[in-house]
Amino acid sequence: MDILLSAAGLIFEPNTLLIIVAAAFFGVFIGSVPGLTATMATALLVPLTFVMEPVPAIAAIVVTATTAIFAGDIPGCLLRIPGTPASAAYVDEAYRMRHKGEVEAALGASLSCSVIGGIIGAAVLALTAPWLAAFALNFSSFEYFWLSVLGLSCAVVVSRAPLPKAFLSLLLGLFLTTIGIDLVRGFPRFTFGQPDLTGGINIIPALIGMFAISEIMRKAAGDVQGSALMGIAAPRPLLPAIWPTLRRYRVNVVRGGMIGGLIGALPGAGADIAAWISFAVGRRFSREPEKYGSGHVEGIVDGASANNSSVAGAYIPAMVFGIPGDTITAIVIGVLMIKGLTPGPMIFLQQTELVYAIFIVFFLANILLFGVGALAIRLSRFVVTVPPGNLYPVILLFCIVGAYAVNNSVFDVYVMLALGVIGFLMEENDFPIAPCILGLVLGGIVEQNLVASMIRAQGDLLYFFHRPIAAVLGVLAILVWTAPLLLWAWRCRRVQA
Amino acid sequence: MHSFWKAGLAALAGVALFAPAAEADWPERPVTLIVPWAAGGGTDAIARKVANLLEEELATTVNVVNRTGGAGIVGHTAMVTAEPDGYTLGLATAEIATYEGMRTAEISYRDLTPIALINLDAAAFHVAADSPWEDLQSALDAIRDQPGEFFVSGGPVGAGYHLALAGLLQSQGIDPMALPIVPSDGAAPGLAELAAGNVHVVYSSVPEARAMRDAGRVETLAVLSEERLEAFPDVPTVEDAIGEPFAGGSWRGIVAPAGLPDDVRERLIEAMTEIYNSDDYREFMGTAGFGLLWAAGDDFGDFMAEQHERNQGVIQALGLVD
Repeated sequence: MDILLSAAGLIFEPNTLLIIVAAAFFGVFIGSVPGLTATMATALLVPLTFVMEPVPAIAAIVVTATTAIFAGDIPGCLLRIPGTPASAAYVDEAYRMRHKGEVEAALGASLSCSVIGGIIGAAVLALTAPWLAAFALNFSSFEYFWLSVLGLSCAVVVSRAPLPKAFLSLLLGLFLTTIGIDLVRGFPRFTFGQPDLTGGINIIPALIGMFAISEIMRKAAGDVQGSALMGIAAPRPLLPAIWPTLRRYRVNVVRGGMIGGLIGALPGAGADIAAWISFAVGRRFSREPEKYGSGHVEGIVDGASANNSSVAGAYIPAMVFGIPGDTITAIVIGVLMIKGLTPGPMIFLQQTELVYAIFIVFFLANILLFGVGALAIRLSRFVVTVPPGNLYPVILLFCIVGAYAVNNSVFDVYVMLALGVIGFLMEENDFPIAPCILGLVLGGIVEQNLVASMIRAQGDLLYFFHRPIAAVLGVLAILVWTAPLLLWAWRCRRVQA
Repeated sequence: MHSFWKAGLAALAGVALFAPAAEADWPERPVTLIVPWAAGGGTDAIARKVANLLEEELATTVNVVNRTGGAGIVGHTAMVTAEPDGYTLGLATAEIATYEGMRTAEISYRDLTPIALINLDAAAFHVAADSPWEDLQSALDAIRDQPGEFFVSGGPVGAGYHLALAGLLQSQGIDPMALPIVPSDGAAPGLAELAAGNVHVVYSSVPEARAMRDAGRVETLAVLSEERLEAFPDVPTVEDAIGEPFAGGSWRGIVAPAGLPDDVRERLIEAMTEIYNSDDYREFMGTAGFGLLWAAGDDFGDFMAEQHERNQGVIQALGLVD
């Protein structure tokens, strides 16, 4: 109790509170600009944290990431441009709801689920940090391989498009990840001697291109005047739009929060993968799975609760073992090291106040998110009342700056534009974009872990089932692939009998 | 926020044409410091500290720009291809001495103007806490007796630490191929593999393994340096462990593109000398656990040439190129 009080004392002082509030607005701003990710918001904070004490520095990062992940839903809903990759899983649901005039219902659900999911994630973090980290630490390349294969299978399963088209889209994404230096032999693939290509296709410009540029092109091809305004109903009160959703889908919220916390704790799997998996699980167990993809709020509940929860979950391995759970905590570890604090079990013994302060900040950040988020939803109206002829050029500018700023590379702007055209052509021909994006996100992880596992197993494929957790995950993945076949065979036999 | 707009402005500035020329009154405008690794990592942390101190020394803004990807090739290429006008500097890392040998990129120390070597992090020999090996000698004996039985991880193939460890094996008459590498994307995933019992050795620096050491998951049998590390006096050097010295690891140094005017170079060396000897820099490096090593100008150039030669030999022995 004494520790909890002194931890609270570290946070509830004017300076730190001011930083927290400023970080909340900063996070909302960056998150709602398409292409600027929560990771980028965190990276932009790093130079500022140099002059801060450890607690306000970490608090600023936690609050920024929490608000940015939510704010990513706003342009997703209004413009079909996910502000951060974490919103990509359910961007179609939100956008279709906006066309039905249900902006408040969509964003209200996303805000309230972000808050609740975030609080569940914080609780998961505070209660199970040591135990969960120890579990995730038993994961080797074999377990990660199967886990990412499961993730890829989700990409095809969650798609509403015909299976072959979804599969082709996934393969395109996987192909794009093979560009660049391979990790094993350092062999340049598909680089054509271009130094810019040795780093591979950066996920952020690819994402902006596929989602934003293709959308801008579609707008340009269609009716420029008035189309962004079309179907936007007048502002409605937020709270009445929230309660029915929360009551109806309370199971989804809690499940999404738990999934997010768990997935976040796995190193390498961040908010975006958490949202995808929660979305897929939600659809699988939904009473009305056919509604997914048609502007169904349940999908938003699944994804929004999971991605915010995973932000907290990622701190579990980061704090207990110094292994980042996602790209944001990778930066957090760097900031802590600069402050002379090495994340690890010793920090739980020697810097208990700091650990508790981080837990408190997570709860505080999510409570604060409700107010700042509601304000952001209100203000976002102004974004869509701007004539599209004015709005889309500005968005294009933001996209270009965003793609450039990731790596300060003009080449990334070309990548964004090229993939924008590809994304446009795909969508026009009913190829879903989402599997391609997930292929891009997971392709590197799958390959890296497959090759590492093959080297470790010296080519023995049975070794992939050698370790207990890997065996369970592997059997699970094979079941996902064969389940439709087995079900079909079973039905055939029943019909015959 | 700030650097975001700066980046935007830099994009616009890149469009405008201006003839770069080195003048005696350098620096007249902000200097860019390229970091070939991601924000938040060790190289990034050192670069930002140096940038801070350089701003005071040069009385101009120094912007840190992360150009990541391709095992550092993208960032190092950006250093090489920039105008040698003193407005683009880079924090080169040990990998610059490996690309040519690995045949992954046609850039090397010859394309750079060496300013100052400012850090060396020694590789180390980490094993899992439940490993049967009590000391370095028994580990080396086991690797020699059962080639191909044990695995090492901790980074991409051919990175600085990997070549250092391979060099240690070679110096003991062990074929480096006897300890196959399971490549990983840096120290942290490698240590996770070690803790999960999937590999037997990790060659990262000691500070990178600090948390796992404190957790009692990892033991360090030796550090590949001449002397024991100040922050880790309990870790024996290779000489302490097996009686023969061996040092190797990953280094970082400030460079400029080849062809930097002499007056700018002198000015930079002078500024870096001040920074390296400042209490501020030493305290920062000490608390973070980064090692110190100094060489300026041509001495740094000789150092890179020597590393380059040594890596060529190790890369051949590892069979990394045909």
